[in-house]
Amino acid sequence: MKRIYVNEQWCLGCHLCEYECMYANSGLDEMFKLKGKAGKDILPRIYVEGGEKSPIHFAVNCRHCSGTACVNGCIAGALTKNDDGMVVIDKDKCVGCFTCVLLCPFGAIMPAADGKAAQKCMLCTDNIKGEPNCVKYCPNNAIVYEERE
Amino acid sequence: MDTFIPAEYEVVRNPDLCIGCRVCERQCANGVHKYDKDLGKMIADSNKCVNCHRCVCLCPTHALKIVKSDDTYRLNANWSMQAMNEVYRQANTGGVLLSSMGNPNDYPVYFNKILVNASQVTNPPIDPLREPMETVVYLGKKDVEIKRDIQGKLVDTMTPQLKLTTPIMFSAMSYGSISYNAHASLARAAEELGIYYNTGEGGLHKDFYKYSKNTIVQVASGRFGVHEEYLNTAAAIEIKMGQGAKPGIGGHLPGAKISEDVSRTRMIPQGVDAISPAPHHDIYSIEDLRQLIYSIKEATAYKKPVIVKVAAVHNVAAIASGIARSGADIIAVDGFRGGTGAAPTRIRDNVGIPIELALAQVDQRLREEGIRDNVSILAAGSIHSSADVVKAIALGADACYIGTSALMALGCHLCRSCQTGNCNWGIATQKPELVKRLNPDIGYKRLVNMVRAWTHEIQEMMGGMGINSIEALKGNRLMLRGIGLNETELRVLGIKHAGE
Repeated sequence: MKRIYVNEQWCLGCHLCEYECMYANSGLDEMFKLKGKAGKDILPRIYVEGGEKSPIHFAVNCRHCSGTACVNGCIAGALTKNDDGMVVIDKDKCVGCFTCVLLCPFGAIMPAADGKAAQKCMLCTDNIKGEPNCVKYCPNNAIVYEERE
Repeated sequence: MDTFIPAEYEVVRNPDLCIGCRVCERQCANGVHKYDKDLGKMIADSNKCVNCHRCVCLCPTHALKIVKSDDTYRLNANWSMQAMNEVYRQANTGGVLLSSMGNPNDYPVYFNKILVNASQVTNPPIDPLREPMETVVYLGKKDVEIKRDIQGKLVDTMTPQLKLTTPIMFSAMSYGSISYNAHASLARAAEELGIYYNTGEGGLHKDFYKYSKNTIVQVASGRFGVHEEYLNTAAAIEIKMGQGAKPGIGGHLPGAKISEDVSRTRMIPQGVDAISPAPHHDIYSIEDLRQLIYSIKEATAYKKPVIVKVAAVHNVAAIASGIARSGADIIAVDGFRGGTGAAPTRIRDNVGIPIELALAQVDQRLREEGIRDNVSILAAGSIHSSADVVKAIALGADACYIGTSALMALGCHLCRSCQTGNCNWGIATQKPELVKRLNPDIGYKRLVNMVRAWTHEIQEMMGGMGINSIEALKGNRLMLRGIGLNETELRVLGIKHAGE
């Protein structure tokens, strides 16, 4: 399965990926319309680790890992692993208990801005972009979308 | 207190488009942008801006632009604002003004006043998409003696040659003046393209020995990083006598740029300014130059061509004639528009002559003296496009060095602040957090793209002239016509005026 991988050597900590993620999942037709909404009405599903002064940064989103603690722990059956290996969340089933948020070892699942359900990266298959927007707009190829063994 | 000098450019933010993502703030090493908590919005301090366009390029909503400030002193046709500001700056600091990249002043660009011919009806044009179009160039001495052994078989007396798939090479830029990642990008691109990059005077980093087949190493007056293995690793060795951006003076790499890695590569102490002298202290004549050329040839068993690079100065043709007789295989002539990582402003802006005129004169002089085939000629110093390459070759060059345009392919926006070491594009800096902004995986592809695009265009222009081999264009000045040039300029260039 193609996954998003991070080359921390090239991550500049610019946080563009977070905004591209929010835009992709906002349903807005222009990015500038995120004004006032970003970080409030919509939250990114990818987060850049490393503070402003840190020499190292890297972006973290769902690894679609084999452990799938989130799937096993989901009390509502909202989280499943699909045939491709992608961990999928069904927002209609999610009851907002956030057990998955506690279980994820990467901190890659978080409550959505409305606080009612969890949200996670689904590789932009759940929005009109179709392919990971963070990868497409990473200025330094620090986030890549590829098949690895 | 220092006299305040108003910002030359202003950062303009469109508040309707700015979403406050702070990418501009994080990407500006000069600290122009910041999020103001009191106002709840992004603000900019234009006085710190060098106009490198990093923020403009990375702003995801294109909310930024940088405009020329309309702040003005009383208009004065004699005292330009820049001339006045330079006086204030020097009165503030007492220092020599430093600049970088090429001479930006309004001198004529002769390439833009030369037009190229095309075939019509007779000697028809050639379509490069359907017919072979040869751009391979061999650089080196061509007038070999024809010798036969006792059986009458030809003895190979060919001196070493450099083979280029296209008449373009990356010019000398040292590790130190530019970053590790910039060098990595140039080296990888040269390998993929089948051309050469040049280490400049800063030595060759151990990591790049693997690109040796596509590496030209430089021996300059500072002799930084020069040792036997360095010479023998390279495809060719260039002796740098001068540089177009600063003829007659040496180099000065500030201590801040001498990182541990740069120090090891240059074989000099860390953090101490690296100063290369104006002359080579062992070269005061063509005979001395000949000694160095043959010392290098001895050290490399006569297997490598030796290039001598000189700045285009008033008597460049006579100097080139001397070099052609000194045993050099290739002469590189660097025009006054050539780039630099740092040069005194007065030198950069006032010394040297245009490459077009120098090149035409060098080629002419060597032809007249019957020694043109002793050497190949490389033209450097602001080759803007494939059209300039074509014109330079028709004026007499074998190939061109490109430096500034190569850096632009890597992201450079010609803000001309290399000397500060704060390059936001990760090119002219040694700060790790800035160097990492240039990912060589991206950089080398952009260089390859540019040189391939230029090569296609060169082929198109050759085809139009009915020429199917770049060698047939060399010194073919009948393919050129001047436009708006006076008699003297036309005579120096050795071309006719358009319509003639």
